[in-house]
Amino acid sequence: MNRRPVFLMSVLAFGFAFFYVPILSMIVFSFNNARLATVWGGFSTKWYAKLFSNDQVLEAAWLSVRIALTSATVATILGTMAGIALARFKRFRGRTFFSGLVTAPLIMPEVITGISTLIFFILISNLLEAAFGWKTQRGFTTITIAHITFSLTFVTAIIQSRLRDADIAVEEAAMDLGSRPWQVMKDITLPIISPAILSGWLLAFTISLDDVVITSFTTGPGSTTLPILIWSKVKLGVTPDINALATITVCVVGLGVIIAGVVLSRAERRRDLDAQMAYRANE
Amino acid sequence: MTDTAEADAAPAARRGSGLARWFNRRGWADLTIATPYVWLTIFFLLPFMIVTAMSFASRTPTSPPFSFGVHDSFLNFENFARLFEDDLYRRAFLISIRNAALATLLCLLIGYPMALGLTRVSRSARNILLMLVILPFWTSFLLRVYAWMGLMGTNSWFNRLLTSIYNGLVPDDWAIRSIQMMHTNFAVVLVTVYSYLPFMILPLYANLEKLDLTLDEAAMDLGSRPFRVFLDVTLPLSIPGIIAGAMLVFIPACGELIIPGLVGNPSQPMIGRVISDEFSSARDWPMASAVSVALLFLMVGPMMLYSHFEAKAQEKKAMEP
Repeated sequence: MNRRPVFLMSVLAFGFAFFYVPILSMIVFSFNNARLATVWGGFSTKWYAKLFSNDQVLEAAWLSVRIALTSATVATILGTMAGIALARFKRFRGRTFFSGLVTAPLIMPEVITGISTLIFFILISNLLEAAFGWKTQRGFTTITIAHITFSLTFVTAIIQSRLRDADIAVEEAAMDLGSRPWQVMKDITLPIISPAILSGWLLAFTISLDDVVITSFTTGPGSTTLPILIWSKVKLGVTPDINALATITVCVVGLGVIIAGVVLSRAERRRDLDAQMAYRANE
Repeated sequence: MTDTAEADAAPAARRGSGLARWFNRRGWADLTIATPYVWLTIFFLLPFMIVTAMSFASRTPTSPPFSFGVHDSFLNFENFARLFEDDLYRRAFLISIRNAALATLLCLLIGYPMALGLTRVSRSARNILLMLVILPFWTSFLLRVYAWMGLMGTNSWFNRLLTSIYNGLVPDDWAIRSIQMMHTNFAVVLVTVYSYLPFMILPLYANLEKLDLTLDEAAMDLGSRPFRVFLDVTLPLSIPGIIAGAMLVFIPACGELIIPGLVGNPSQPMIGRVISDEFSSARDWPMASAVSVALLFLMVGPMMLYSHFEAKAQEKKAMEP
C-alpha cells in the first residue's frame, strides 16, 4: 500500500496506550509514600519492604509455585499425548468424541468448571469416608488436579498446531528407511516439537499461577494460593502493598516471557539455518 | 494389521520382555491416546455429567444437600421452571448477555483496526508489537482488573482528569466533583474489554495476515477506493477471524466472576455470581446446577457446536493434499 494508513496507526497507538497505561500507573503508585493508594505523596520503597516481611504472602506464593510446577508438568505430559494422538493418529475409536472432550474445557465458563469439579470432589470425599473411613480434605491435591485438567487443553492446542505445521515428510522418510513408529516418535517427532512442548509448559505454568476462579472452588481450609490471597485483599479495595506485589509479578512474568521468547525464536532460527545448510550441502 | 504380523515374525528374544515388546509395537500409541482420554473423562466429563444430573434433583436438608425423587417423579423439573418464573435469574441472564455483547462489540471495534494495523507495519516492528499484545495476557488477570480499580476510584488521577475534561466542556452549574465509575456496569464492560482484547486481536491478526494483498491491489487497480476495498474484499474474507475472536470474548465474558465481583454493581449480579451464590450461600446445589446447565445450553452450546464444525472443516482442509 502506498498510502500511509493513518487511521489504523492511530488506533494501534491508542490500543497500546489502553493496554499499558493502567499497568504503568499501578507500577508508579507502588512507589508511593502516601497511605492512600491513589494519591501521590513522594517516592518510597516501604511497601516492598512490608511485602517481604509478610509471611502470609510468602507462604501463599510458595504454595502457588509448587502447585504450578506440578500441574504444569503433568498437564504438559498429558497435553502432549493428546496433541500427538489428535494430530498423528488419524483413526481410532472415539476420535471425534475425544477431540470434543479436549477442546471443551477451553470454552467452558470457569464458574461451571469450578462448581462441577467441587461437587465431584465433595462426592468422592464422602464416598471415601463412607467406604474406607478415610477422611480427606481439599487442598494441594484437588487444586492441582483441577489445574491439570484445565491447562492440558491449552498444551494440546499448541502441540496440535505445531504438528500440523511440521513437515510430515521427515517422519515418512524415517519410516521408509525402516524405523518403527515408536522410534520415529522418539527420535524425530518429539525433538521437532520440543520448543512447542516448552512453550506449552510455560503457558500451563502461568495459567496455574494465575487462576482464581477454579482454585477458589477447589481449595480447602489452610491452602491459600497467592491469587486467592490477592483476591481476598483486593475485594476490600486498593492498597499500596498490593500495588508492590503486582509490580513484582508483572516484572517477573514479563521478563520470563521475553527471555523465553528470545530463546525459543533463536532456537527456531538456528534449526531453520541448519536445515538450509543441509539442503545446500546436498545440492 | 500387516505390520503387527511382521513384528511377530521378528526374533522375539532380541526384543526383550513381553511388556517392552508390547510397548514398542503398539502400546505406546494406545497409551498416548488412553491416558489423556481417561484423565479428561474422570476429571472433566464425569463432574459435568454429575452437575447435569443434579439439575434434576431436589434440595434437601441432608449432607450432601440434594436427593432424587423427593417429589412424585424421579426427575425434578422445578429448578428449570424456577429459571423462567423467578425474576432474579432472568435479570442476571439479561445483564450478562448485555454486558458481554457490548464488550464483544467494543473489542471488535478496537481490535479489528489494531489487527489490520499490525499487518501493515514492517516485519521487525510487527514481532515486537505482537509480543506487546501477548504480554498483558501472560501477566495476572486479577492484577489487570486491579489496575483499573486504581484508575477508576474517585480519588485517582484518571478520574480527576476525566472529571476536569467534563467540567471544562459543560456549563458551570453542571459541574461534578468526580465520576462514579466503580461498581457500575460501565466499569464491567470497560474492564472486560481491557482483559479480553488480546483474544480478539490474535485470531483476527492470524486471519488477516493470511489474506492475499494482491487482491487488495487488484481491486485498487480496478478503481476501488481504499474504504470500498476494505468493505468488499478484506471484511468478507475476515469473517472467520471475527467469529473466532467474538466467541473467545463473548463466552468467558458471559460467565465472568472476577470482573463484576470487583468493579461491578453488587445489586445487579451477573450469572456467574448467581451460580456461585446459589451454591455456597444458599447451599442449593440443584439450582446452581440448573443455572449452569441453562447457561451452557443457551449460550455456550450453540457456539461449541459451531467451533466443532469449524475445526472439522479445518481438519478436512488440512488433510487434503
